[in-house]
Amino acid sequence: MELNANIPEGPIQDKWDNHLFSMKLVNPANKRKYSVIVVGTGLAGAAAAATMGELGYRVQVFTYHDSPRRAHSIAAQGGINASKNYQSDGDSDFRLFYDTVKGGDFRSREANVYRLAQLSGNIIDQAVAQGVPFAREYGGLLANRSFGGAQVSRTFYARGQTGQQLLLGAYQALERQVHAGTCVMHTEQEMMDVVLVDGVARGIITRNIRTGKLERHVADAVVLATGGYSNVFFLSTNAKKCNVTATWRAHRKGAGFANPCFTQIHPTCIPPSGEYQSKLTLMSESLRNDGRIWVPREAGDEREPQRIPEEERDYYLERFYPSFGNLAPRDISSRRAKEMVDGGHGVGELKNGVYLDFKDAIERLGERVISERYGNLFAMYEKITGENPYKTPMRIYPAPHYTMGGLWVDYNLQTTVEGLFAIGEANFSDHGANRLGASALMQGLADGYFIIPMTIGNFLAGRSGGSGDTAHPAFAEAEDGVRERIGNLMGVGGSRSVDSFAIQLGRIMWNECGMERTADGLKDAVRRIGELREAFWADVRVPGKADDLNQELEKAGRTADFLEFAEVMCYDALARDESCGAHYRPEHVTEEGEAKRDDENFAHVAVWEFTGVGREPKLHKEPLAFEYVKLSQRSYK
Amino acid sequence: MKLKLHIWRQSAPDVRGGFETIAADNVSAHMSFLEMLDVVNEGLIAEGKEPVAFDHDCREGICGTCGMMINGNPHGPWEGTSACQLHMRAFQDGDEIWIEPWRARAFPVLKDLVVDRSAFDRIIQAGGYVSIRTGSAPDANAVPIGKEWADEAFDAAACIGCGACVAACPNASAMLFTAAKVTQLARLPQGQPERYERVLSMVDTHDSEGFGNCTNHGACQNACPKGISVDYIAQLNRDLFKATLMDRPDEAAV
Ligand SMILES: Cc1cc2nc3c(=O)[nH]c(=O)nc-3n(C[C@H](O)[C@H](O)[C@H](O)COP(=O)(O)OP(=O)(O)OC[C@H]3O[C@@H](n4cnc5c(N)ncnc54)[C@H](O)[C@@H]3O)c2cc1C
Ligand code: SF4
Ligand code: FES
Repeated sequence: MELNANIPEGPIQDKWDNHLFSMKLVNPANKRKYSVIVVGTGLAGAAAAATMGELGYRVQVFTYHDSPRRAHSIAAQGGINASKNYQSDGDSDFRLFYDTVKGGDFRSREANVYRLAQLSGNIIDQAVAQGVPFAREYGGLLANRSFGGAQVSRTFYARGQTGQQLLLGAYQALERQVHAGTCVMHTEQEMMDVVLVDGVARGIITRNIRTGKLERHVADAVVLATGGYSNVFFLSTNAKKCNVTATWRAHRKGAGFANPCFTQIHPTCIPPSGEYQSKLTLMSESLRNDGRIWVPREAGDEREPQRIPEEERDYYLERFYPSFGNLAPRDISSRRAKEMVDGGHGVGELKNGVYLDFKDAIERLGERVISERYGNLFAMYEKITGENPYKTPMRIYPAPHYTMGGLWVDYNLQTTVEGLFAIGEANFSDHGANRLGASALMQGLADGYFIIPMTIGNFLAGRSGGSGDTAHPAFAEAEDGVRERIGNLMGVGGSRSVDSFAIQLGRIMWNECGMERTADGLKDAVRRIGELREAFWADVRVPGKADDLNQELEKAGRTADFLEFAEVMCYDALARDESCGAHYRPEHVTEEGEAKRDDENFAHVAVWEFTGVGREPKLHKEPLAFEYVKLSQRSYK
Repeated sequence: MKLKLHIWRQSAPDVRGGFETIAADNVSAHMSFLEMLDVVNEGLIAEGKEPVAFDHDCREGICGTCGMMINGNPHGPWEGTSACQLHMRAFQDGDEIWIEPWRARAFPVLKDLVVDRSAFDRIIQAGGYVSIRTGSAPDANAVPIGKEWADEAFDAAACIGCGACVAACPNASAMLFTAAKVTQLARLPQGQPERYERVLSMVDTHDSEGFGNCTNHGACQNACPKGISVDYIAQLNRDLFKATLMDRPDEAAV
């Protein structure tokens, strides 16, 4: 497996411009000869499809949802970053670039991150022109806020529904192209495999979710915009259908998987309320601006929170981090909460949370101000828990939220398979070992609107468009493989439901490859995952028929892929014998108890090559050089 | 608590469906409504039966995928709440609950509680956008927009495309859905150039997809989980009226 990042020459500020100039172009009249498959209609996929359609390519777009507007991007709340410097508070492309590289704990590629910062402003222009109703000031200009500990106000937002509004903008742009006939939308089609002809990606096999029919689709290039894999933990803030199938199937066909163990845990989610828990709900991080986090000092304290006197409460974040206090970064806050709960200080019926208390803020500012700031969130919390956060402290606990890992891509967003591209959360992205708040939306849209439509032209130019044929034996072979696998799933006829396995896998991953990973735990996890996979294939029960709308079969296929993928996550966490960003190995901590990087041995992207199910994958490394941002140790004391 | 569920079962679009009565004996008040259905489904699978098909994804009230009639109410008894955000605290031990799919000519049932809502996408395709080329947008602050206008555009843009309005309407009209998009774009300067063409084209598609006429019932607004107001339908009608009087909507709007 060859890892050439294809980073253009020149100073970092000029790389993208130089590249745009040096890339080959497809003549406008010729564009319609080329077809592109885009899988996924989240921010990345919808933006890419709409823009490529508009440029004149023939675009085939796929999603398993009943409408492109349902993609998981719709759920993003907080906002999107851009280095517009509208607040004149000293922001710049360079500062956004710098913050992102540093926030990612020096495990991302400088050139890509700089380009992201450069393009960030264009995204806001684009969205506003589409009619995205961002928050505004009374004078009519766009409002900004500071988010996730940033020292400048560069986050644009649309109430708590930024993802929804941005996605609807991209969705509408896509539907406009559908109307114009340049994009063909295939809803309720799940991609089951990618098809390679002579080593080049030329198409996909899909399953029609309504009818179960398998279909072959051919194109001149394939773009995966299929999102992240947080649901390997079963309980996460992701939508229920999010899964790893598309990227995992591509990996099995030769696409390197980069940094799979880099997963982000969000500190403020509502803890599970019982065994039946199906997903976790995020409570915006902004709550930490006014809420104080605490647990009872005494382990096992059963008293109501109001009955616990001040001196018997442990405001542990304020204690550990006097200057950052309750605003300590995501990974640190998450780990400390786990430490408290593991130490028996957990609160709530199941003792699985910590308090986020607004009592002081309400006393200081009044209930009205708090309700103006957080009214929606408080109402949502009450709907879910039945508890009133104005009267009793919220209970929160960390939950898996975002995956920085993904398919390895070069500067052109091409994977290690020629003709196969990955954008949005599906690629290993620009966030290194830890993503800063409000930068996933930015990355997905930069990839989709501005990068892939250009780099794909460079790939297509010089190839003969429209030469593929679904009659090629490679399509038949891939389709047969998918059919056989579905047959196997239906054929097990065991006794246990799909979810029972997904939940069990999630527990293993959460305990051994979640907030804290030890070498012993990871080795044990690899063994247990293998056993669980065997149990799955021996005892899963998938009711119904294969050629029908069968939601259990859909889940079964996704869970089967998670059962293979989970292992490479553990191998990656094991091989990365350092702590960095969200990857925390208790063997490697600073004196302050924080993640301790080992730049000498681990300043690289870990890229895994598939060698067979249940076999240890092969590790390749892309070394990372830091020319513009000086390597330094984070400190939040 | 123990509940008695009457759930609509229909194996395929062209097959007659009917209610099946299923006991749900182990329901906690903390469960969401969909988690209650998950538990019921696990039970059915254990018995070797086919689980109830229902659609959902985000389970946070934002993707618009879930939706079902619960005791005759779209999304159930809580105001401004989608089915996935409804929690079992809303019910009491011994309750009987009737669960059905959306019923509308333009939303054919696919299986059990799952319906085909693709007509909504086609209404958007007809003009629910601003025709702006990627990369050619002016600076975002070049056109200031008053906060009140921006806020109102946002209120209209909050629609999640769930279809409850259609299910609630005695005429199965999708005017609330259509009006929400028309109003959002009509409130913004960016939406002006195509304003009148848009409303004509979207309403045309609305009608040809088989949605009924709006007769100002107002049931849609009550059912809507996002509080979309019927005032937007009045706004749509004003724009529609103006548009039909114009010969060349394009020029007139400039
Ligand atoms: C609760 C929550 C809040 C968040 N808030 C923020 C925020 O405030 N700011 C921020 O920057 N980021 C936020 N994020 C992160 C951000 O929302 C996501 O990273 C981003 O939206 C991912 O976009 P995407 O286009 O890459 O993928 P997605 O939106 O996940 O889209 C994936 C698409 O791929 C399709 N797909 C997947 N597999 C297949 C297959 N096999 N066949 C066919 N189709 C397939 C799906 O149908 C879907 O259309 C948040 C995330 C969560 C969970
Ligand atoms: S208007 Fe309301 S009820 Fe109708 S689709 Fe939109 S959100 Fe759903
Ligand atoms: S599942 Fe997304 S709105 Fe209910």
